[in-house]
Amino acid sequence: MLQIEDVSLNLNGGPILKGVNLRISRGEIHSILGINGTGKSTLAYLLMGLEGYHPTSGRIIFEGEDITDLPIWERARRGITMAWQEPARFEGLTVQEYLLLSRRNGEGSLSPATCLERVGLNPSLYLSRPVDQALSGGERKRVELASVLAMRPKLAILDEPDSGIDAPSLDQIIEVIRTLAEERSSVILITHQEQVTRIADRASCLCSGMIIRTGNAEEMARFFSIHCRTCSHINEPEGELIENI
Amino acid sequence: MKTFDYSKEFEAIAQAYAQSGGSPAALLDRKFASLVVSGNKVLASNSIPGVRIESEGAQTGVRAKVIVEPRTQVAYPVHLCFGVIPEEGLQEISSEFEIGEGAKVNFLAHCSFPHALEVRHLMEAKVHIGRGAELTYSETHFHGKEGGIVVIPKTEVRVEAGGVFNNQFKLVSGTVGKLDLELTAELEEKAVCDLETKVYGKREDKIRVKESVYLNGPWSRGLVKSRIVVSERAESEVLGEIIGNGAHTRGHVDCLEIIQGNEAKAKAVPLLQVVDPTAKLTHEAAIGSVDKKQVQTLMARGLTEGEAVETVVKGLLK
Repeated sequence: MLQIEDVSLNLNGGPILKGVNLRISRGEIHSILGINGTGKSTLAYLLMGLEGYHPTSGRIIFEGEDITDLPIWERARRGITMAWQEPARFEGLTVQEYLLLSRRNGEGSLSPATCLERVGLNPSLYLSRPVDQALSGGERKRVELASVLAMRPKLAILDEPDSGIDAPSLDQIIEVIRTLAEERSSVILITHQEQVTRIADRASCLCSGMIIRTGNAEEMARFFSIHCRTCSHINEPEGELIENI
Repeated sequence: MKTFDYSKEFEAIAQAYAQSGGSPAALLDRKFASLVVSGNKVLASNSIPGVRIESEGAQTGVRAKVIVEPRTQVAYPVHLCFGVIPEEGLQEISSEFEIGEGAKVNFLAHCSFPHALEVRHLMEAKVHIGRGAELTYSETHFHGKEGGIVVIPKTEVRVEAGGVFNNQFKLVSGTVGKLDLELTAELEEKAVCDLETKVYGKREDKIRVKESVYLNGPWSRGLVKSRIVVSERAESEVLGEIIGNGAHTRGHVDCLEIIQGNEAKAKAVPLLQVVDPTAKLTHEAAIGSVDKKQVQTLMARGLTEGEAVETVVKGLLK
């Protein structure tokens, strides 16, 4: 479904992503692990096509089509979407209106009420609320996830959907991610929580803009815990830890 | 120039009222207090128990006084309709609002100038809100597409102890023309004033908004909020001012101006003056294009950039 071929990105004269290669299958949950500043969010922005994040070299192939030069909205209309780590707020736009915007391209997309229920928000309490500062950080992140659900995407890029979510709600978020995959959406799950990584099929560890290892999610969670959590040479990967993929 | 059939004036003003978002049926319903003014003529005026409306036509406008008796809880909004239907005209409105102690009332005012080529609408209002009374005043304008209109509303408000004044001014339909809005509110102890202004400028529009809230009484509080969007060659200047004279007063100025295109111009001046050292005043002012993250978020849902910008702007001005 998605192939990232030797993608590099320089920003402000410096390399941020270095020769990233990755293949993700339909319905696969693929976790991207990495400590802060390794380029996880940058990779997400590049895949979504955000302004200023065009690869310096390499290609992105989605369902056999080279989408490297496509703008955000054209990628979205091909079925790619993204949930931001810190989602934007919108004055004057209700949750219902926001979720309906996500439905405009998809046939058989889910109703706003259904999407809210799936992320654990009561529709009767939330549909008419504005997507502005009145929502707490956790509520806003759930609404963001609901808007991803509403799109029924082929590929959902979730940038730390677990951050700012309280522990009891985390299981619900995990369930939503599983549901996406069961409905044949691929998910790129960016996180630095091993617990969340374990729900993935596979995982890759990103260090200093390089994918240093890809493998089974459980093994990668352990690898990350042992080598990255306590790493003394942050963002300078040692040679023996880098595995050719 | 089109000739104007004055025999159908009420019908025309009711139609304009509907264009500005009002409900024409309310202008004829006796349960609503209402005042309908076209040019310099009072076409209809309806008082109800507890709400007395006195009005008279003058050479170039209308003088009106609205009195809400003390402790009256007005169940239905009071409808005010002002308009100039012909392409040319001068309308000077001199008005007084007397809201008695403990009363509570909601005004829906609509001002319509659908065909204006050379119209001037000048409004001078004095508002007195008694102790513990509450007034909500929502004014919506509908201007035609030509922008041949000058609107100059000047309002002075005095809110007695424990009173509440909520004011919303909205001019987002049609072409603004020239708007020069000034509002000054003086608050006594524990009084509250919330001002919200939304304007969408296009073409050659000139927008000037100056809103000042004097927090004179202790524990009084005020909010001055504006949302202005300017596109094409429109220009805006917004001054939001709060003066903390009283002890423990709280005030906030929240000004956001969005510029669309390279030729529009916007200026924002939040002005805070702390006189009593226990007053706490804050402000946020932002001028710029539509927030990139908002636009990208909507584009990630499949909207084009233009659609995303339009969605954000519509939300701000809603």
